[in-house]
Amino acid sequence: MAVDVGATTTRAVLFDVVEGVYRFVSIGQASSTAEAPFKDIGLGVREAIEGVQAVTGRIFLDAERSLIVPTQPDGSGVDSFAATLSAGPAIRTAIVGLLTDVSMESARRLAETTYCRIVERLSLADHRRPEEQIDSLLRARPDLILLAGGTDGGASRSLQKMLDTVGLACYLIPSEKRPAVLFAGNNSLSEDVKKLMAELTPALRISPNVRPSLETEDLDPAMNELAQVFTGIRKGQARGVDELAAWSNGHLLPTSYAAGRMIRFMGSGAPGGVLGVDLGASAASVAVGMGGQFSLRTYPQFGLGENLAALLQTVALEDFTRWLSLDIHQNAVRDYLYQKSYHPSILPATPEDRVIAQAVTRQALCLAMRAAQKDFPIGMRSLRPDLLQSFDLIFASGAALTDGATPGQNLLLLLDAIQPIGRTQFMLDRAGLLPLLGVAAEMNHLLAVQALESGAFHNLGTTLSVTSAASYGTPVLQARLLYADRNEARLEVKQGSLEALPLALGQTARLSLQPLHRADVGFGPGRAQTITVDGGALGVVIDARGRPLQLPSDAVRRRELFKKWLWTLGG
Amino acid sequence: MLAPVTHILGLTTILRERLLPVPGVVNVRLNQRVSASEVVAEARWSREHVLLDVARNLGVSSLAADRLIRCKVGDELAANTLVASGGGLFPREARTPREGRVVVVGGGRVLIEVGETNVELRAGLPGLVMQIVPERGVVIQTAGALIQGMWGNGRIETGMMVNLMEKPDSALEAGRLDVSLRGSVILAGMARDADILRAAAELPVRGLILSSLHPALLPLALQMRYPILVTDGFGKLPMNSAAYRLLTTNAKRETTVNAEMPDRYSGARPEVIIPLPVSVEPAQPNDVETFAPGQQVRMRAAPNFGMIASLVRLRPGLSTLPSGLRAPAADVRMEGGEEILVPLVNLEVVG
Repeated sequence: MAVDVGATTTRAVLFDVVEGVYRFVSIGQASSTAEAPFKDIGLGVREAIEGVQAVTGRIFLDAERSLIVPTQPDGSGVDSFAATLSAGPAIRTAIVGLLTDVSMESARRLAETTYCRIVERLSLADHRRPEEQIDSLLRARPDLILLAGGTDGGASRSLQKMLDTVGLACYLIPSEKRPAVLFAGNNSLSEDVKKLMAELTPALRISPNVRPSLETEDLDPAMNELAQVFTGIRKGQARGVDELAAWSNGHLLPTSYAAGRMIRFMGSGAPGGVLGVDLGASAASVAVGMGGQFSLRTYPQFGLGENLAALLQTVALEDFTRWLSLDIHQNAVRDYLYQKSYHPSILPATPEDRVIAQAVTRQALCLAMRAAQKDFPIGMRSLRPDLLQSFDLIFASGAALTDGATPGQNLLLLLDAIQPIGRTQFMLDRAGLLPLLGVAAEMNHLLAVQALESGAFHNLGTTLSVTSAASYGTPVLQARLLYADRNEARLEVKQGSLEALPLALGQTARLSLQPLHRADVGFGPGRAQTITVDGGALGVVIDARGRPLQLPSDAVRRRELFKKWLWTLGG
Repeated sequence: MLAPVTHILGLTTILRERLLPVPGVVNVRLNQRVSASEVVAEARWSREHVLLDVARNLGVSSLAADRLIRCKVGDELAANTLVASGGGLFPREARTPREGRVVVVGGGRVLIEVGETNVELRAGLPGLVMQIVPERGVVIQTAGALIQGMWGNGRIETGMMVNLMEKPDSALEAGRLDVSLRGSVILAGMARDADILRAAAELPVRGLILSSLHPALLPLALQMRYPILVTDGFGKLPMNSAAYRLLTTNAKRETTVNAEMPDRYSGARPEVIIPLPVSVEPAQPNDVETFAPGQQVRMRAAPNFGMIASLVRLRPGLSTLPSGLRAPAADVRMEGGEEILVPLVNLEVVG
């Protein structure tokens, strides 16, 4: 069994061996209870597990409502348990380093691998007096200080000065409020850091340098340490986390980190790359795995919960309203953003609210993708900075992305917000399995692999996104889909259009693509290709609306187009 | 399913913890009766520091500087106090630039806390001190009406409540705030104009209780020195009928507006407290409920945002909403008699 404690929803998932292989068997859900008045994540966890009990008829909790581990002779209990966690406020993080565009950038990227919000930065470029830096750190009230800087074996004096400042600030903070400290800088200073900071922080962790040399960035070991620091901080913030850690025998990870593991694993065998996007109330996260490369970014500021209202300080309201498919006054959108930030768990109950919610979701995911793209490793970046690299497979998680009223709504939202190029297969992770498989893989590799291949994910279909400089309405692609039964479907695709060819789930077909006017379907400008495509809920979808997607400035025309596109995808 | 609760109660026992942000001194004793404006605890708090680099000032090593430093941790130093001086014919000196208290000495440097201010913690509500939290504050108990809101600007004040609302969707106009309202807590409706907040500040009032606030006014509302409490939300929302009835029937009573900023993790919520005389101590309200038929509930989302209804029945499994989404839901009866389907996550129990 594995449990994910999200900001609004807690899910308990049971995996079991069915016909010799691990399968996702059942899910139970409950409202998360990290916040007041409950302030104990254990209540939601137990309610979610009871949901699984109700569905399966099996017993997992004993009379004291404690998890039964391992499985008992009477069949009650589970063999093992793992958990992931994203509930709780963003970790207030101060990053400290030397050079702004070297160690400070690495420290920022490290912080962005989990649910951190950077509240203070100290570097050599900071010309404030030391006491001003100390006061600033005190005012920032960090939960965590990330220390980076210096190459391994390199100069250490400047970093030692920074350490002095951090040490003084920690000394002045009441002991019960002192931040955790993660040092990921010049390894020759590790002992100095231990001597200075051990008494001044409740949790000191030393990781290998994130910048072993000027040219090299290695976030992996520090990322792992940071995941442990995160759960440690949460233990101090919310009741029930300790118990969850005990039930899981330490197999408790931040949700985005655990999901990232699975994307990395899938990407390692996919030269075309795998993209994972997760949009929840606590954060938006973007993970990319391609060959041996991996990138994970987590943005609490783009989450669909308490941070939504704050987004309006940096994002124009029009950036949200441009995605509306109904005529809704922008005040209604603004009010929705405020109400949702105070009640993140609310659901759109009316068609109008659903349209607003989906517009907000599109913009939040757009912003997260744009921010993440800037930090993709060189090999994962598109040659054109305004375009995304192509990905073979895109996984979407989070109710806002997976629980649309129809598959068409889900796919159109993802196409609009991510704007992939070339050929991509879209999968929805409706049960939120990816992070749970990521953490379960620590104990049982086979479970993760077999559950991944078990069809537990919802296959939306294959999309082909065309890039072309042709004007609106110009034919840019001729497509011919040859089905296994020798039937065929032909289509001429015009610039600005969205088209769909039916291909049922489980079927494959041969798709011949003949680009016109040097249009690019992912094989190079004007290059024709015949490929095998897999079916899905929406078959094969050809998106020739342009990259980047330019929406008409006229709101009426824009709304008409949204309706037309949605109709093409089945409404 | 566990349900969030908003308290809108005519008579209840209210227990509230009032704590200093930093350790200090508690001024009251157990079982003492306090008024809302009484200072129950206070603390001295420095928000700034000065770091004297004695070694650098004197041009000596850190070790040498440590030997020359004449102050120790805890010393209160006046401005321009000599902290250390070097040797020679023209000895260099290190002096305090400001008055302060030494907090760290070592490494050739002295760190001094400066700019100390006094933090006063007021009771916030009239009542009986039920518990002393050493060095931090008190727990106060009172009996009366309790109305929890959605947002507050972080201020707290007590005064006589004057009702300017004719109906739940009344909108306040700045012109209605005249000098006769000085020192009062104003029960108003929707506020969509910055002039309203400024006019209230000029009087000044002791508090504004609003049904809704235009989001553009949030930064200004945070600057106001009087409490502003919003009962229902942002935009153009009428006051929920339960809060409206309770507040309007208690007009002209002494009212405490604790416009605490809401904090979803600590549970802090803005609230209006109207102390009432009681012969028997009423029951304390439950902070946690489970959804059940017969409960009074309030809508947390459209449609009918903020409106009060009665929970008729819980639907089994998932229900399809008008939006097309599927979720656990309940049938609720609006005050007009209409029954509608609402997802449980869009409801909160009123009680």
